[in-house]
Amino acid sequence: MNTAVCPECEAEVVLEAGTEVGEIIVCGDCGVDLEVISLDPPEVALAPMEEEDWGE
Amino acid sequence: MIRAGIIGGSGYTGGELLRLLLAHPQVEVAQVTSRSHLGEYVYQVHPNLRKQTQLKFIDPEQVTPVDVLFLALPHGQAQHKIDHYASLAERIVDLSADFRLRSPEAYRRWYGSEHAAPAWLGRFVYGLPELHRVELRSARYVSGVGCNATASNLALLPLVQAGLLDESAQVVIEIKVGSSESGAEGNPGSHHPERSGVIRTFSAFGHRHTAEVIQEMGLHNVLLTMTSVDLVRGALATVHATLKPGVALKDLWKAYRAAASENPFLRVVREQRGIYRVPEPKILAGSNYADLGFDLDEASRHVVSICAIDNLMKGASGSAVQCMNLMLGLDETLGLEFPGLHPI
Repeated sequence: MNTAVCPECEAEVVLEAGTEVGEIIVCGDCGVDLEVISLDPPEVALAPMEEEDWGE
Repeated sequence: MIRAGIIGGSGYTGGELLRLLLAHPQVEVAQVTSRSHLGEYVYQVHPNLRKQTQLKFIDPEQVTPVDVLFLALPHGQAQHKIDHYASLAERIVDLSADFRLRSPEAYRRWYGSEHAAPAWLGRFVYGLPELHRVELRSARYVSGVGCNATASNLALLPLVQAGLLDESAQVVIEIKVGSSESGAEGNPGSHHPERSGVIRTFSAFGHRHTAEVIQEMGLHNVLLTMTSVDLVRGALATVHATLKPGVALKDLWKAYRAAASENPFLRVVREQRGIYRVPEPKILAGSNYADLGFDLDEASRHVVSICAIDNLMKGASGSAVQCMNLMLGLDETLGLEFPGLHPI
């Protein structure tokens, strides 16, 4: 099983079979969007997420 | 089946105990007492239990021996009859504040009177499984927990357990609580026109639950401020503290993840999308979960740690049943699986 490390919270993120470079996946622990930037070695990077301000 | 009795079953924590124990697969509620509702059916006081039981409230003097006895009396009563209760059951869980503090001096300081049975204080294990799971497995006598103290202690647990706090700096905990925390007896402040819609800080300093945070977390520089909000169930503790130099957000993730993985009812809520991004008591009504969240200003080392609970569940009766499960060698989650409601 291919696993990468979430750059936000350092959780292990599983790259399921068939995952492609450029795909956006979600970290199961902290919920950030991650872009798969490499399969060998498995590597992900933070993907931009829409900010919301609940205080406005 | 394990035979359980409840002394003082007409209050809110007693009702919650009944709700949990009547559905528990290994427990039979053998008897429940109430002087003020003597002879009434349980469901006449706890209407959600209609068709769940035909039990009637009996006089406390009629109680016969059981396997485990829950004491859900007003604070200050159990300590006067603890020898009698101990003669009725090998295991006791006391939900009141009577046996939470380890030392008679601390009890006198925070409760303003001498303890009536100081020799018993050391025989009780503090009833929060997240802190005392190992001792609870062999305990015969277990105390209850303060709901505000529980929200505070669980918010602090990952930080204290991982040794991340700068203990020389003050820890400030702001707690928002619902109305059920003050019990089933009314008072002028709980009268609907006075209580409805409030955001009322009723204790800036010196609340008694502070003693449980000091005792259980080993922190001395800690302040709790209590604010009533317009909820029936729920408590939210927001801890403001300072971390040791060099602690980063990833270290917090490790600490909170470890706490959640070691404890079946702790969950980390720190979402990046959706509505429920931080812990909120609203979705925990009736559940035994405690939701934890955090954030860090790395420049100032100021950490905010949040814990949401249902005060009647994790903050009282849910933890009490979890303790009973541990005392009896059962799966600690038994009878406590309800995940809460959404929407509510």
